[in-house]
Amino acid sequence: MSAITDRQRPLVEASNIRKSFGHLEVLKGIDMVVEQGTVSCLLGPSGSGKSTFLRCINHLEKVNSGRLLVDGELIGYRQRGNKLYEMKEREVVAQRQKIGMVFQRFNLFPHMTALENVMEAPVLVHKENRAVVEERARRLLDRVGLGNRVNNFPSQLSGGQQQRVAIARALAMEPKLMLFDEPTSALDPELVGEVLDVMKELAETGMTMIVVTHEINFAKEVGDKVVFMDDGYVVETGTPEQVLGNPQEARTKSFLSKVL
Amino acid sequence: METMTPTQAAAIKEREPDAAIVAVPVRNYGTAVAAAIVLIIAAAIGYSLLTNPNFQWGVVAGYVFSPVILQGLGRTLLLTVITMVLAVILGTGLAIAPRSKNPVLRMASQAYIWFFRGTPVLVQLIFWYNLSALYQYVVLQVPFGPELFRIDTNSLITPWTAALLGLVLNEAAYMAEIIRAGIGSVDNGQQEAASALGISKSQSMRRIILPQAMRVVIPPTANETINLLKVTSLVSVITLPELLYSAQIIYSRTFETIPLLIVASLWYLAITTVLTIGQNYMERKYGRGNLPTAVKMKRIKRILR
Ligand SMILES: Nc1ncnc2c1ncn2[C@@H]1O[C@H](COP(=O)(O)OP(=O)(O)OP(=O)(O)O)[C@@H](O)[C@H]1O
Ligand SMILES: [Mg+2]
Repeated sequence: MSAITDRQRPLVEASNIRKSFGHLEVLKGIDMVVEQGTVSCLLGPSGSGKSTFLRCINHLEKVNSGRLLVDGELIGYRQRGNKLYEMKEREVVAQRQKIGMVFQRFNLFPHMTALENVMEAPVLVHKENRAVVEERARRLLDRVGLGNRVNNFPSQLSGGQQQRVAIARALAMEPKLMLFDEPTSALDPELVGEVLDVMKELAETGMTMIVVTHEINFAKEVGDKVVFMDDGYVVETGTPEQVLGNPQEARTKSFLSKVL
Repeated sequence: METMTPTQAAAIKEREPDAAIVAVPVRNYGTAVAAAIVLIIAAAIGYSLLTNPNFQWGVVAGYVFSPVILQGLGRTLLLTVITMVLAVILGTGLAIAPRSKNPVLRMASQAYIWFFRGTPVLVQLIFWYNLSALYQYVVLQVPFGPELFRIDTNSLITPWTAALLGLVLNEAAYMAEIIRAGIGSVDNGQQEAASALGISKSQSMRRIILPQAMRVVIPPTANETINLLKVTSLVSVITLPELLYSAQIIYSRTFETIPLLIVASLWYLAITTVLTIGQNYMERKYGRGNLPTAVKMKRIKRILR
């Protein structure tokens, strides 16, 4: 495959993704395409399946049906002939290394310092040289504005600082795609800005991002695309101007009237 | 007590202008009486301990540091340490097994814990000691294939192997429950974060989950160790001369039963005291929130470096 077609290929291609928990169908046939280097913002009411969809992308949840490709690779399955075979843990783990994820509740490792949090995965998984990783980890922490807090434990950091460490931790694996699941919802209002600023800078470097968020202004300012989900369906997709400025669907309108 | 309105306070002040305020604590006669009773009982016990010649304190003093007793003490400590180390390793395996999706492993772990917690250690010890009555040889064989190894059960089962089999297999069941609770106390988000970073399940168990479970695991483990110290005295029934059996060997010869039981008890008390101090220390260290522990550990590590 030539470099040009490679660049044109979407980074994420989801088609007809379905996911159930027991009898509850949470994703009812999601289609989504995410181009390289773009920021897609996922909006929707609580329980609409946003987190579940995000977690399917890095195979934290197993899809029931549909095709999910990241960087041209089928996630979690291997196709042989016309059959899909579930991957072994080793293969799934290898795929996840290309996808970073940032959680609502940070989920930093509390028994490690900020620096150790960032260094853990590259050293453990890629068996990279500690000194090289440390160098990179310090640079990343510096980049998220925490160069002077490298030796602090998570409990010694504010929520906003913890979330920035979590972003640095995900970036340390040098992912091609970053997933954010409501990264600022657990934060005090005055700490939201510092995290969004880091995400904005990350977007400017050309990182492909999928962001579940209720921050409409962030979606407007940074998003290339806004996807509105409701009840397990993608209801509306378009540029921020289209979806946020001039929504076509009644459900989108009613949701936006509540959050704006 | 009722609060006074300012006018009431002023009225009192007028009546007793210079009265200094003296705080009189509430007298609780009930506890005073109880304390007195406790003191009287303690004095009576102390008096009888000192004056009843049947305790034979002189004999006790003569045996506390006798070589036979000290050897027995050494074996008791060795049994406790080896058992605990092996039980922690086996117990960790038993605690992790049910987390796998394989139902056979999950049920095997449950069945193990059910069986070994459900039968008395004493029975298990005697059972292992008498294994040769059940199996004359222990044979290692490829299923339906050639025999690789054969040993006479009687030469395999010594008091030591029987004691360790009985104690370790039993203790592992208890440790499994403690470690399972510890793992369960770690937030699910930790495993998810590790998975999302591409860390495998086994790596995250070792590096992320178990270190955090320690906080919950250590205090009851210390308690188990104290308990185990005394449970090892059961191996006296299979003629392993640990502390209690060493005392029994002596008194079966000299008939100084009581003083030698006191000697053994004094040693159990002494070791328990040391372990209790260790337990308190561990609990203070791991029982609190994550922050002080982690920070302190870091500091200790730095100092040791
Ligand atoms: N592990 C699970 N087991 C059972 N049901 C689940 C599970 N995870 C999610 N659900 C259900 O799936 C539905 C969608 O959940 P999801 O977390 O994806 O919604 P969401 O859009 O992220 O909502 P929110 O904005 O509240 O985070 C909800 O009804 C939820 O109860
Ligand atoms: Mg969610």
